[in-house]
Amino acid sequence: MQLTASKWSAVRERIGGVLSALDPPLLAIAVLLLSLATLVMGSATADFMHRFEAHLVNLAVALSVMLVVAQIPPLRLMQLALPFYAVGVVLLIGVELFGETSKGAQRWLNIGFTRIQPSEMLKISVPLMLAWYFHRHEAQLRVRDFLVAAVILLIPVLLIFHQPDLGTAILVLAAGVFVIFFAGLSWKLIIPVLAVGVIAIGTLAAEGDAMCAEGVEWPGFKAYQRQRVCTLLDPTTDPRGSGFHIIQSSIAIGSGGVFGKGWREGTQTHLEFVPERHTDFIFAVMAEEFGLAGAIVLLCIYIAMIGRGLMIAARSPMLFGRLLAGAISLSFFTYAFVNMGMVTGVLPVVGVPLPFVSYGGTALVTLCIGLGLLMSIEAQRRRRQR
Amino acid sequence: MTDLHSPEIQLIRFRRRVYFAGAVVLVCFSLLFARFFWLQVVRHDYYATRAEDNRIALLPVTPNRGLILDRNGEVLARNYSAYTLEIQPSRVSNLEHTIDELARLVNIEARDRKRFRKLMEESRNFDTLPIRTRLTDDEVARFIGQRYRFPGVEVRARLFRQYPNTELASHVLGYMGRINRRDAARIDEAGVADNYRGTDHIGKSGLEQFYEDELHGVTGFEQVEVTAAGRAVRVLSHTAPQNGNNLRLTLDAGLQRVVEQAFGERRGALVAIEPSTGGVLALVSKPTFDPNLFVDGIDAASWEALNTSADHPLLNRAIYSAYPPGSTFKPFMALGALTAGKRTPSFAIADPGHFEYGGHLFRDDKVGGHGSVDMHKSIVVSCNTYYYRLAADWGIDGIAGFMSQMGLGSRSGIDIEGESTGVLPSPEWKKKRFKRPEQQKWYAGETISVGIGQGYNAYTMMQMAQAVAILANDGVVFKPHLVKQIENVRTGASRQVEAKPVRTVDLKPEHIAVIKQAMVDVNKAGTGARAFAGAPYVAAGKTGTAQAFSLRGAQYRGGKLAEKLRDHALFVAFAPADDPKIALAVIVENAGFGAQSAAPIARQVFDYYLLGNKPAGPAPEDSDATDSE
Repeated sequence: MQLTASKWSAVRERIGGVLSALDPPLLAIAVLLLSLATLVMGSATADFMHRFEAHLVNLAVALSVMLVVAQIPPLRLMQLALPFYAVGVVLLIGVELFGETSKGAQRWLNIGFTRIQPSEMLKISVPLMLAWYFHRHEAQLRVRDFLVAAVILLIPVLLIFHQPDLGTAILVLAAGVFVIFFAGLSWKLIIPVLAVGVIAIGTLAAEGDAMCAEGVEWPGFKAYQRQRVCTLLDPTTDPRGSGFHIIQSSIAIGSGGVFGKGWREGTQTHLEFVPERHTDFIFAVMAEEFGLAGAIVLLCIYIAMIGRGLMIAARSPMLFGRLLAGAISLSFFTYAFVNMGMVTGVLPVVGVPLPFVSYGGTALVTLCIGLGLLMSIEAQRRRRQR
Repeated sequence: MTDLHSPEIQLIRFRRRVYFAGAVVLVCFSLLFARFFWLQVVRHDYYATRAEDNRIALLPVTPNRGLILDRNGEVLARNYSAYTLEIQPSRVSNLEHTIDELARLVNIEARDRKRFRKLMEESRNFDTLPIRTRLTDDEVARFIGQRYRFPGVEVRARLFRQYPNTELASHVLGYMGRINRRDAARIDEAGVADNYRGTDHIGKSGLEQFYEDELHGVTGFEQVEVTAAGRAVRVLSHTAPQNGNNLRLTLDAGLQRVVEQAFGERRGALVAIEPSTGGVLALVSKPTFDPNLFVDGIDAASWEALNTSADHPLLNRAIYSAYPPGSTFKPFMALGALTAGKRTPSFAIADPGHFEYGGHLFRDDKVGGHGSVDMHKSIVVSCNTYYYRLAADWGIDGIAGFMSQMGLGSRSGIDIEGESTGVLPSPEWKKKRFKRPEQQKWYAGETISVGIGQGYNAYTMMQMAQAVAILANDGVVFKPHLVKQIENVRTGASRQVEAKPVRTVDLKPEHIAVIKQAMVDVNKAGTGARAFAGAPYVAAGKTGTAQAFSLRGAQYRGGKLAEKLRDHALFVAFAPADDPKIALAVIVENAGFGAQSAAPIARQVFDYYLLGNKPAGPAPEDSDATDSE
């Protein structure tokens, strides 16, 4: 009996140790978001119950991975940064050379027993690598360091862009840029780039008709990428093709009104007008069935999650933790903003999922690794305080 | 970049950037919120309507087309259900390839492809077009299994028109064809485009065309919730279609069959009318065609054959082709002369065998003449001289005035399209017909030829039958019609086509009696006697021969001329003479004398209609019939 009791307390202690690494506010926000996601998924996959079951499995796997990652102390993560990055880039080169093509893009690498999509792991390993690099050169950051950082970032981004996978390239680029930004990139560089971006978008909006005219090619862009931007500017030019997605998701969202049509009552969703309704366009399902109210709740949850992440960054005792946490938080923002922007027709359709909500095990695991990293960074601070 | 490496300053700078990032996040999310507000509040009504439009489709439910039945209820046109394999060309990128692939599953022959191409040329661009009709169950099963491979291709159960008697009465029934661009424009103009949603076929000729509005019915609608792919999920509301009305004809299919058989392989036309109502009992144009050929869209080869045939089977000779009436004109000349007071029955001429007028000699058929000829004899022996002289005495205006009262030279108003007016010659007609002044002048000599039914005279068998019916009916005129009643299938109610006299020709009974008696005697002792020998009823008639080719003085030897140049044989008749039940006019093209070819057909018609005797075969040609008409 005694033996059992002591064993039991040891187990309890062990579990308590594992759980103590979890950040309660972030965990609460994540659970809330994932519950909402599961509810929406229950409607979006109404006709494919096996998808819903698969989603539940994905959730369990992703949360377990988060739990594990949260246990890894940041110092250990720093040791892993370079090897992870190196392996990722090698695999990307492997994709470039031996990759398998699916849906017009070379994204998959067959490693014998399974197929993997190396670009996905770069979403984590690029910010990890950059944070580690800046942390190592913390003492004297020079222009040279930012140049090296840019090279570290651009190698995988260009490889992914070349596959072509614009969505992932944007997300990896954003994650890296955020690290560089938080590392202290001069405003003198940031402001002109932002200005150029604003001007470019303004030009596109104003001159879109001419630039999208028949036969005009954009240097450096694939035809389908150009088409996506042009369709965004005027979806009605292609109502049966790419414009169909934007038109139908806008109708779904708009017809949802303030309080929505009710769970599983969305006609656009259930009559299959909304494309990719359990993956990239799941926000349209949510906005149709839960209306503006649901959309506001979702925005608030994301704000809370990003806010908590930025708070963890701001309080982290190490530069590595600060940079990594800041970049991961803003990555969540990038996902959410780009996805909701494209589904509501203000951004081009680039294949970015709605974070923690869209169906897809790989993306969910990657995002939960991000959460785990945030928790690991926060746990380090708490340990230091004690 | 940073010279001050103090951790505190670094942290302050970092936090400043975190605030900045937080602010950017809030600004961007505010923009998203603004976008949500725009879509979900400001534009909500618009998108809600769009969503409803997406969700609900109005599907037409096509009504069954009305049947066409003869006067005894025999079905002449009906519908049958068949599976068709249909392609929507606008949804198929590579049509040839798709058809090749389909041909591996179902039997698609070269003629199907040709027909499909022809349909494509004629179709409205959003149509679905049949590549194959009447699929077997096996073929349907094979296609259904592979359907996913063929977007834009589907199997549908459709109702098709069927004419169970194939060629019988084809010119009366007409035919159905797919709605082409011209039809579609007409439908739009008539404001019935909604009623034709879901309808692919429309009546193109005959009764199918004339009674299209009655036969078509009212299209019903189903409000259906549909998926993006167009699959119906559930029915929200249903408005049942109203099936088309059935047409009950005055036509007697048995009689029609007898007539068509009586003609055999010969060309010609016959119209038989019930004098007391104007109901058409038989309307025959030979050769006939099979209207079933048109139902699926006629293939190019059959179309070519029908159109280029020297016999012109698509031509409705009974109502469109106008022929000189020849001697069948004489009873009407005589009746008119009595009515106008130009002749008395007993007035007789001495016939020398010719009539001289203005230095020109008009010959009789009989060399040496018929001797003393009064009105009765003029009809029985068909004396030309009598009528040359009558025409000269009466004048063209008088003749034209009377003949127009008998319905000659104007459309009878029968209920199918395509009637021609024929030619009732008169000085006015000539002025309208010709352009040059010297052609427009009416010459007195022309009146003489008109008197014996030659010259410019040209009437359809429809008009001749109508004239005979007016005579048989003692001057009371009924409008000829094919449809007796229109029956609403759902309510069982029926509308009778009223047989009301439209007008009366002012004729004296004693004059009518003279003509009728003379026509009776034609069949007893005159040119019709051989054909009507032994008939147990009394039939009145008159033979006639119309020149298809004018012979300049040469002696006519029918058998030796090329077939197309031979004269047409005519016969007009009614029976029984004292209470006419049927009046007819018949022409057999290039068949020589009326007595020889046309009268035996009339005999078979009367034997069948009055006695119920079915003839064993085509009407015999009486080669011994006299050429004296």
